[in-house]
Amino acid sequence: MSSWVKSLITAVVLIAVLYVVNAMMSTGGFFGTGIDDYQARLLVFIAINIILATSLNLINGFTGQFSIGHAGFMAVGAYSSAYFTVTYGKAIEASLGSLGDTVASSIVLLIAIAIGAVVAAVMGLIVGIPSLRLKGDYLAIVTLGFAEIIRIVILNIDAVGGATGLQVPGYANFLWIGIFAIITVVVIHNIVKSDTGRALISIREDELAAEAMGVNTTKYKVTSFVIGSSFAGIAGVLFAHYNKFLSTNDFQFIKSFEIIIMIVIGGMGSMTGAILGAIIVTLLPELLRQLPDIQVGAATFKFADLRLVIFALILIVTMIVRPQGILGTREFGLSWLKRPMRTPEGTEPTGSDEGTPIAQQAEARRLESEEDKDQ
Amino acid sequence: MDTFVQQLINGLTIGSIYALIALGYTMVYGILRLINFAHGDIYMVGAYAGFMLAVALGFASEPSAFGFVVTLVGAMAIAGVIGMAIERFAYRPVRKYSKMTTLITAIGMSLLIEYLFVFFFSGTPRSFPQLLPNENITLFGNATISTSQILIFVVSILLMVLLQYIIFKTKIGKAMRAVSFNINSAKLMGINTDFVIAFTFALGSALAAAAGVLTAQYNPKIEPLMGIMTGLKAFVAAVLGGIGNVPGAVLGGLLIGAAETLVVGYGGYIGIPSTYRDAVAFAILILVLLIRPAGLLGSNVQEKV
Repeated sequence: MSSWVKSLITAVVLIAVLYVVNAMMSTGGFFGTGIDDYQARLLVFIAINIILATSLNLINGFTGQFSIGHAGFMAVGAYSSAYFTVTYGKAIEASLGSLGDTVASSIVLLIAIAIGAVVAAVMGLIVGIPSLRLKGDYLAIVTLGFAEIIRIVILNIDAVGGATGLQVPGYANFLWIGIFAIITVVVIHNIVKSDTGRALISIREDELAAEAMGVNTTKYKVTSFVIGSSFAGIAGVLFAHYNKFLSTNDFQFIKSFEIIIMIVIGGMGSMTGAILGAIIVTLLPELLRQLPDIQVGAATFKFADLRLVIFALILIVTMIVRPQGILGTREFGLSWLKRPMRTPEGTEPTGSDEGTPIAQQAEARRLESEEDKDQ
Repeated sequence: MDTFVQQLINGLTIGSIYALIALGYTMVYGILRLINFAHGDIYMVGAYAGFMLAVALGFASEPSAFGFVVTLVGAMAIAGVIGMAIERFAYRPVRKYSKMTTLITAIGMSLLIEYLFVFFFSGTPRSFPQLLPNENITLFGNATISTSQILIFVVSILLMVLLQYIIFKTKIGKAMRAVSFNINSAKLMGINTDFVIAFTFALGSALAAAAGVLTAQYNPKIEPLMGIMTGLKAFVAAVLGGIGNVPGAVLGGLLIGAAETLVVGYGGYIGIPSTYRDAVAFAILILVLLIRPAGLLGSNVQEKV
């Protein structure tokens, strides 16, 4: 089967799954099975966080440029698109009325996403060109500064609600958010596997060496920053049109840190790691909410309030024990299941390798030796 | 003119606070090349430590100079110990890893302190007791200066002189300068670098705690997240002055404080509303890093290949 047929089938299956899940979220349910609002919201936020984490991973994990201002670009995407839908959404929907409500609102959403992505990308370019001359912690602090300036500027624009917040029409549903999460993962995966991706990784590994080998480091750093920002913008658009309300408080640096935590826990430079991190960071606080309160004297301590304390502890302990995150730069996939069982140190594998392709044997050995190095 | 003098006095008051905190950032960066994100939270810890001491020892009910000094020194000591503990348990284990790892650890530490305090003291602000009688003194015209502002100036100048003495006239100060010059050579010369680093953290944390108690005398509202913005601005001050440079941190702090209040006071005339107050420091930071990354008093060091 040629590869594009395979991709097509995968896409159709994934969209069908998303469609079913989306139908289950609606009030009627899907053939009697439903997902309640709370769970639906969690699924949506997992998908949005996957977009944020994988896009930041392109900048931080694969290019090695430490940006901690991702929430700023999310805010740019959210507010620019929300301004569009609030102002023109109704009119466009009315003029497309003959196509039916679903199609019309989807078209408005797609235009909004395009606007959010482009505006966030332009903002990424404006911020990236000067900032990316800096390295390491200076770059980090400048991106933080830019994100905060973006937030304060938005706070002062009355056209988007300023400090009171902005009501946004709810065009986005799980189907669209899921589709865009998948698109993000696929696009970034393909970028990483392309020539561009190799250039980005070479910058991460050693910028001077990359430059010496003829990689235009500035161009590639800015490219990765712009693409990452653009996807953050898309996440912002989807968040705005799902949440139906925007406030600049949603984009404070704690949000940027949260995205950092996702990729750090999952493993910087691993696609599946970023996805895993996004899922953990979204679900963990909800699981903590289930824990009972403790009564000490007159004071009640709520475990739910410990959410960020536990995050912080996980972050610090991860850094001390396993600074490369859960997956490091490796990927989790079906190939893991095919890996030969680990044998105790010093003993040769008893089973023969006969029949296993040589490439697979070599890969298994490489993985094992890499793990030894990690320890 | 009166308002200008008034704005300047207020700006320099906040600036002195920024300067005290910036000193800790700059010393730690000078030695470890680490942006200690948790430093702003130490300032908050200092304010809370002072609050607890003042309430527990009964200084809150009757203002006295003795009570103030005990609270200040006590808060500085507590924060110093906490600073050393943070270094020992969070930063030392990751010191050998990459810069990114240490920076993320610092971010984690900052979140940990903030939300532990939110958990135990709740996010609602508390009112710090007035430890010394506060009066407004009218200068020429209508400009006034309060005794708490004078207190901030006097105490911060004393602490800065003390710091200068420690760094340049004592043995441990010499060791600190040696470690910041080259940590490996210092180690080879028999300096106990771990101790010097711990001492630096204690010193920086104590200064931040002093800033916390002093701020609380000027503006009595304390809350667990008060260190985020102030800490970031103090960091900007350290970068503006030239990170790793002690006089630079003081200069940077005063400049940021003055710039901030002047924007609030006069920004309206040039189209910058006062709500942009918090953006000023970041704008200055970005400009400094892009135009003169070494800061005002720092020297450019060429990166070796």
